[in-house]
Amino acid sequence: MSDVLERPAIVQAGIVDCDIHPTMKSKSELYPWLAERWRKHLEEYGAQPRVPFTTGTQYPKAAPATARRDSWPTNGGPPGSDLAFMQAQLLDANDIALGILAPLSGATRNTDLGAAYCHAVNEWQVENWVKPEPRFRACVTVAHEDPDLAVEEIALRAGDRNFVQVLMPSKTNEPLGRKRYWPIYAAAQASGFPIAIHVNSVGGGYASTPGGWPSYYLQDHHINVHSFQAQVASLALEGVFEEFPRLRFVMIEGGFAWLPSLCWRLDKQWALNRDELPRCKRPPSEYIRENMWFTTQPMEEPEVAEHLRDTLGWIGWDRVMFATDYPHWDYDDPRGAFPIRLSNAEHTMVFRDNAMGLYGLT
Amino acid sequence: MPPIPPGAIDCDVHVSVPNIASLLPYMTEAWREMIVSRGTDGLELASYPKGAPIACRPDWRPLGDLGWFQQHALDGFGISRAILTCLHGGQAVHSEDLAQALCGAVNDWLVDRWLDKDDRLRAGIVVPFQSPIYAAAEIEKRAADRRFVQVQLLAAGEMLLGRRYYWPIYEAAVKHDLPIAIHAGSAFRHAPTSVGWPSHFTQDYVHQTMGFEAQLLSLMGEGVFNHFPTLRVVLLESGVTWLPAFLWRAIKSWRGLRGETPWFTQSPADLVRKHVRMTAQPFDAPGAAEVARTIEHIGADDMLLFATDFPHHHFEGTEVLPPGLSRDLIHKMAIDNPIATYPRLKETTP
Repeated sequence: MSDVLERPAIVQAGIVDCDIHPTMKSKSELYPWLAERWRKHLEEYGAQPRVPFTTGTQYPKAAPATARRDSWPTNGGPPGSDLAFMQAQLLDANDIALGILAPLSGATRNTDLGAAYCHAVNEWQVENWVKPEPRFRACVTVAHEDPDLAVEEIALRAGDRNFVQVLMPSKTNEPLGRKRYWPIYAAAQASGFPIAIHVNSVGGGYASTPGGWPSYYLQDHHINVHSFQAQVASLALEGVFEEFPRLRFVMIEGGFAWLPSLCWRLDKQWALNRDELPRCKRPPSEYIRENMWFTTQPMEEPEVAEHLRDTLGWIGWDRVMFATDYPHWDYDDPRGAFPIRLSNAEHTMVFRDNAMGLYGLT
Repeated sequence: MPPIPPGAIDCDVHVSVPNIASLLPYMTEAWREMIVSRGTDGLELASYPKGAPIACRPDWRPLGDLGWFQQHALDGFGISRAILTCLHGGQAVHSEDLAQALCGAVNDWLVDRWLDKDDRLRAGIVVPFQSPIYAAAEIEKRAADRRFVQVQLLAAGEMLLGRRYYWPIYEAAVKHDLPIAIHAGSAFRHAPTSVGWPSHFTQDYVHQTMGFEAQLLSLMGEGVFNHFPTLRVVLLESGVTWLPAFLWRAIKSWRGLRGETPWFTQSPADLVRKHVRMTAQPFDAPGAAEVARTIEHIGADDMLLFATDFPHHHFEGTEVLPPGLSRDLIHKMAIDNPIATYPRLKETTP
């Protein structure tokens, strides 16, 4: 357990960034918290992802390290790996008062390795990022495919104010409404942690579309949002929020303009197929409206900018939270990301108050 | 609720092959022998279980004979022309040869039992797209019958439809000026979602939109519309309201990543508006306000086609059209757009 730090609980100025990616200069940054067995395992076998390559990606990305070309630290190391550089380029430059760290740990097939790795990543976040920089908060990364191990890690972090939420990837081995994941939800609800789902492109190894694998990153990048649609629907239809009414989900980097249409389709088919869905007792859109939050990056950009107001009105301005996705190539700049002009009230909600409320910091 | 315009053209009407015995008369002796001796039957697509509420409106159960169909599907809505979409497992079996035999028999059955019986009926060519070579041959075989007005594919098959593997199908379709119709449904070669298999049919159905989005991205990304500039694609039972958000993201991704596919030189919105049409059943919006906003977001009056999706359960009575559409748009959807989309309808529609 990390020390509980003294830090201001209320942020009255500056913005909240709900998606920042800290990285390691090398895996050895984790070694202080990783048993010899797992260090050796990583060096010998790697993490065994469900893709054809041990390193790199099945869809070559838009830029090296999927990163902004100006985000490579001047002192060396990959983008997102240098605290001082990130403080200057991201936090200070954008008046970010609070930044939520989302380390992308990767899903491992070996969940014992996954649990050890996630534990080390959590320690690393606190020691290397949150303690030296009080504007940061950490996520509890967990081996979500082994809920018993995930629950142990959540219990370890409960009450630790360095952490604000549990973090899981959008492509899981099964849809998240399935009961095998419910112990994670029980632990999250008990600890008061929301569960954040961050986009990933490799999960359980299923084709990324029902019609097979895309050929290009252009397709893969777009279609990753479908994993969120599947999770949102599954969580509502399987009755997760009947069982865990205080559980909150944050959908990170999954887009949001698709949500109204999905809700309309879900409500219509729910009404038609009630007898198939006994655990979903209300129109699915009601659970989604009450229990889910969405981050803005990558910003939706309608052909006619003002159409974004329809979308945000249908979703609810109180459920949308700004994020930069620093240091990735499709980073959103808080000054120019929104294609429409926000009122002061709207700006305050999206750029600060919605997140402060969700994380209990106001 | 504005009325359905007289003479409306219904672009998605379903008829079903009742059993394999109905197809045997249209097969070779060798296939008859094989199918009977092996007890091959069933092949009902899991995307549309017959008993599921979506598959048929309660007041239309049980489905009747030709006379019943004419009364309910055609006369009931004042339909002048109806394009039959026969969903069949022949498009999902793994053997390319069995697929060819089944799809060919389905098309013969459509002619014999439907097209020859009512001159208001048209149909899509059910092609064995497991083999693009066989599919192209089936198109060649049917093209002379002007009552076949499109080539019919499932929304989720073996591979994404833009892949060059499938281009022989488009070559044949373009040669005969036949649109490619993609209907909701899966051959279940892949899980319905990228996170695996949902527990419920409801989720399968709701997520059909993912298959359509994936196919549009694939067709554009692989350069199908560059190579076949006259190709038209019609999405059947795709839903409508997902389209604007899809286009917004597609444009944004294309702006950032188009260097990967240098031939992809037109905006996805321009390509979709030019090449893609969709039936407006279901529409998937809760009320007139959301319908009207969605129509404005789509920004094209010529994309939507009128359809009842008979006998699937989307509406009650004759409330085929969603609220909030202008009379002008309804007329376009029911008459002008179908005629523009299906050149063969011009030959028989005043």
